[in-house]
Amino acid sequence: MSKDPKLAHRPWLDPEAEPYIKIQGITKRFGDFTAVDNVDLDIYKGELFCWLGGSGCGKSTLLRMLAGFETPTAGKIFIDGVEMNDIPAYERPVNMMFQSYALFPHMTVEKNIAYGLVRDGLDKATIQSKVEEIIDMVELTQFSKRKPHQLSGGQRQRVALARALVKQPKVLLLDEPLGALDKRLREQTQYELMNIQDQLGVTFIVVTHDQEEAMTLSTRIAIMDKGKFIQTGTPTEIYETPDSRFIANFIGSANIFEGHVVESGKEHVLVRSTRDQSLFYIDHGSDLQENAKVWVAIRPEKIKISKSPPEQSDHNQLIGTVDDIGYLGKLSNYKVLLDNGKIIDITYPNQVRPKSGDHLVDWEEKVYLSWDASSAVVLTH
Amino acid sequence: MKKQRSTFMFSMLCFGLAFLYIPMVLLIVYSFNHSKIVPIWGGFSFRWYKVLFESPEVWQALLLSLKIAVVNATFATLMGTLAGLALVRFGRFRGRTLFSGMISAPLVMPEVITGLSLLLLFITLSQFIGWPSERGFTTITIAHITFSMAYVAVIIQSRLTGMDESLEEAAQDLGAKPLRVLTDITLPILAPGMLAGWLLAFTLSLDDLVIASFVTGPGSNTLPILIYSRIRLGLRPDINALATIIIVTVAIGVILAGYIMWRQEKQRQRDQQMAAADKLDFDTETTA
Amino acid sequence: MSEASQISNSLVKNLSYKLQSSWKTLVVGIPYIWLFIFFLVPFFIVLKISFAESLIASPPFSSLFQWAEDGALQIRVLFDNFAYLWEDELYITTYINSVKVAFISTLICLIIGYPMAYAIVRSSPTKKNILLMLIILPFWTSFLLRVYAWMGLLADQGTINNLLIWLGIIDQPIRMLYTQFAVYLGIVYSYLPFMILPLYANMEKLDITLHEAAADLGAKPITTFLTVTLPMTMPGIIAGSLLVFIPATGEYVIPDLLGGGNSLMIGKVLYNEFNNNHDWPVASAVAIALLIVLVAPMMLYQHIQSKESES
Repeated sequence: MSKDPKLAHRPWLDPEAEPYIKIQGITKRFGDFTAVDNVDLDIYKGELFCWLGGSGCGKSTLLRMLAGFETPTAGKIFIDGVEMNDIPAYERPVNMMFQSYALFPHMTVEKNIAYGLVRDGLDKATIQSKVEEIIDMVELTQFSKRKPHQLSGGQRQRVALARALVKQPKVLLLDEPLGALDKRLREQTQYELMNIQDQLGVTFIVVTHDQEEAMTLSTRIAIMDKGKFIQTGTPTEIYETPDSRFIANFIGSANIFEGHVVESGKEHVLVRSTRDQSLFYIDHGSDLQENAKVWVAIRPEKIKISKSPPEQSDHNQLIGTVDDIGYLGKLSNYKVLLDNGKIIDITYPNQVRPKSGDHLVDWEEKVYLSWDASSAVVLTH
Repeated sequence: MKKQRSTFMFSMLCFGLAFLYIPMVLLIVYSFNHSKIVPIWGGFSFRWYKVLFESPEVWQALLLSLKIAVVNATFATLMGTLAGLALVRFGRFRGRTLFSGMISAPLVMPEVITGLSLLLLFITLSQFIGWPSERGFTTITIAHITFSMAYVAVIIQSRLTGMDESLEEAAQDLGAKPLRVLTDITLPILAPGMLAGWLLAFTLSLDDLVIASFVTGPGSNTLPILIYSRIRLGLRPDINALATIIIVTVAIGVILAGYIMWRQEKQRQRDQQMAAADKLDFDTETTA
Repeated sequence: MSEASQISNSLVKNLSYKLQSSWKTLVVGIPYIWLFIFFLVPFFIVLKISFAESLIASPPFSSLFQWAEDGALQIRVLFDNFAYLWEDELYITTYINSVKVAFISTLICLIIGYPMAYAIVRSSPTKKNILLMLIILPFWTSFLLRVYAWMGLLADQGTINNLLIWLGIIDQPIRMLYTQFAVYLGIVYSYLPFMILPLYANMEKLDITLHEAAADLGAKPITTFLTVTLPMTMPGIIAGSLLVFIPATGEYVIPDLLGGGNSLMIGKVLYNEFNNNHDWPVASAVAIALLIVLVAPMMLYQHIQSKESES
């Protein structure tokens, strides 16, 4: 499912397409500390691009360099073909929605939103019509005369969004846009944000530490760690084919088995586990050398669990006993202890209502685990 | 046990407040004493208020003190604000350590030293450049600005550190140049702090005796200098009357300011409740 | 063409950069120059005069810089004034007395102020506001007049003596005004709010559940106070104590009005040396010596303040 029908053609796959934002070799050092380390990235027009990472990974610093609040130590940033390095923040065609919203406490909602237009020197009538239009869009018409402290968190968030959008920036930068909202409001606002982005076609760059938020919102995600991007791709790509153990564990969770390659071909890879010699058959090809050290990652929800042995096979099967069950309502988490001492996480949806206290399987029960050849991923680092 | 302790705390509080206020109350009571000898009650009278109002010296001193206080408060607020801005917002600049030392030292400097050193400066200056040719309004005002601006700078600094820095970045992001950010965002948000600073500088100036008596010249008596010269020789009922007027004026001012702040706080709470109520409306609207 | 426009562009940029840094220079520069002229320079003048010789002239001191007969610049630094302070027992006694008075007054302020601040922190929000206002109010009223109020209370014919005689407790007035006791009373009275406010600010931030945790873990109230409350309020205690101790050491008005001729405090000695004896070099030396006494507490206070503003 593509998030945005306009981007159905996936410009990042098209070698001819010209990137709208080009980040070239950007580095930022604070004293001895390297916050952003020689980063390259292309972002295309109309994308909703998420930078995902833990605190201190450099995502906010990179965003602030785009806005013009920090000067890069090295490298260049281009927006729509124009180099930004020497352009001060107040002249850049980008606007930012701050994590704290940064609404001016001494101005009404209206004045806050109009501020950027006034600075651009537009005439009064234009300003008024633009402000009215955007206030209407974010459904704040009845609050336009209020001051920020008279608004709820969700309303403030929308004022901040309207204030940044009314200037029709080429790029909108959003720093943890939903971070200050409670969980329910956050989910609802996610979809509003996507709708607005869709309507206006503005390119969004969102910085977040919330992976669910990133997965829902974005056309593409770049995962950042220690000042570098470590994987860039669509949410599906990142989740289904992580390219490192770090990503596999960072986005969702994964059972990871260490092993070495037994067979490697165009159509499949066969891996033998170091711990108990069991075999993993993966149906995607690779150019791995035989005997190379690899890791196999399998998502908890892709493993089937059953009390009766599945069809006999020499691979993709494990036997263990149920060590723990966590009942979450719509699904249950099982921890299965293998004979070799390793614990496997399995998530299984509760499609049938269990009779009183009856689980699919029970504590201490012997269970058989199995999965499809397409479910696992081979990782080289 | 806990009960006992809080009783102890509470009685200490009452004792402390009584200690602070009984002398002032007595001061006021005796201002209405008809007798010339302050502590001996000779019946209720406004006699000393009349004496006070008919004294041209008192009026002159009051006028001079007010003039100094207003000019001092205005300049101290301006420069204290600049100093606070420089210290909080400009990061590191050349001579910052010396600057921050100089701005906060007057806060803890004994008055006698500040007074003495400024007087010696004025004398030296008048020797070399002929200015100030005489001491009085100008020299007292300069002395007062020097120590009051330190207090203003402290208030402004604490306001600025409490202020969300992204407000200024947001204004820049929306197209405001740095100077514009200062006038549109920073200064309006600092305004209450600047007002508080102005009032504090005004009061400090009106209250100062030691520094003023060092740097003043013949004929320029501020109100504290006048009061001091009279009470050094003993109790004076007309000073009781003057004290009553000052204490009552200040008390009304402080209580009024406290009331306004309390009203604003209540208003803010109501606004927040209103916002919370709206949020509920909004939720039901969208889920319905 | 494009090169020319580039050059003009960079020129404009340069100029606007200069303009910007120039208003920043102005913002720092104005208060900087002011403080330099009216705070730093005067201090060095005091320092200079403290090394000069007292003369009966105008100005009444010798110059440190003198032209010798061969035209060379000579600098004459005299430690005579400091030696004089050191040798004259009066000055030494005065110094010790000032520090002693300031220290004891600070201690009394702490003993009275600590429970008061604690009681304010523990009261309901509305009461808290009113109580705080009551503490701040004296601070806004005239310091001089509050000291004067005590003259009326303590005088031989004053309110306290009159009351005691009327009650028949005494038949001769007790001498209270113009004694050391009156000086202590005046300092404690005047500086009590300076002790309470930093203590209050510190205690306000204190987490009440810490006390409950200590009690829960089996600490008796007195143990809780000694092991939890007291160490946690230490920054407030130090800040408040310094705010009382520093100005009290150099106090002039209180010893002069309440202590009369019997009280020896540095501030008063300095004032008298300068205004009555016109001995500028000795007055300056007294000032420098007073600063030396206070420099450690002053720097400690600044250190605490800067640490406070960082956190």
